[in-house]
Amino acid sequence: MKSVSELPAADGSHESWVPLMEVAAREVFELMLGCQLTLPATADETTTLGITSMVGLAGQLCGVLSVRCDAKTATLMTSKMLGVALDTVGPEVSDALGEICNMVAGNFKNKIAGLGDGCMLSPPTVITGRDYGLHSQADCPGLELRLLFEGMPIAITLQIHS
Amino acid sequence: MNSICALIVDDSSVMRKIVERCLRQAGIDLKQVLEAGNGAEALNVLQNNAVDLILCDINMPVMDGLEFVKQLSGVANAKGVPVVMITTEGSESHVVQAISCGARGYIRKPFTAEQVKEHVIPALAGK
Repeated sequence: MKSVSELPAADGSHESWVPLMEVAAREVFELMLGCQLTLPATADETTTLGITSMVGLAGQLCGVLSVRCDAKTATLMTSKMLGVALDTVGPEVSDALGEICNMVAGNFKNKIAGLGDGCMLSPPTVITGRDYGLHSQADCPGLELRLLFEGMPIAITLQIHS
Repeated sequence: MNSICALIVDDSSVMRKIVERCLRQAGIDLKQVLEAGNGAEALNVLQNNAVDLILCDINMPVMDGLEFVKQLSGVANAKGVPVVMITTEGSESHVVQAISCGARGYIRKPFTAEQVKEHVIPALAGK
């Protein structure tokens, strides 16, 4: 089985996967929510995002892909995804955000040659709240992508474990 | 096309609603829509209900979609019923595996209503 370092990241750096993460996310939002993601004018690392959806990857690529946003953004995503009015969105927000994360992770891995078969996805986990710490045994820095959904910030992160 | 009964199998209730909406947007006249959260639940649904179409995810807890499709051969209410997989698992080997298990179509998430139509209409026509 190939390890992640043998996978065809174009320049040998995992940084080259960031554009693939972006394309994967854009496709999910365009096709499933009918919305275009945009790039923020400035990189805002200070915004605290209170909902985190995570999908584990295991096999040739081990890690965690997460999508973070705030509650208002998650509600709007759910509304767009289901095609219902904003004020009718209820507890399905977590399910919707989990499914978005699942699709971004699946779409991302399918864009890396040879990874589709060799990498499995876990069911999504959704954490609500800001007051928690996350310890990762990742052996390289995470890749992070900040985008805007309807002008509101979302963060997509890939922590690679091996 | 006659009014049909569809079974949608996915562990995400949001995704089940989206698939149902796509079927309606595809112009498919749905007499009834049954739902299940995994393959085992879907087999239970089929014990008491006849359906015309099954749309099924692959990655699900308890029983995944491929195992579900394999077990359909022993279910009287599923004889000849077309199964279309809708999943994030987009590799060639997953497609081959699903088709060899008996699926008639394969849609990769994310998807459009048009893609659902393109796969479901031929599957229903070949029923």
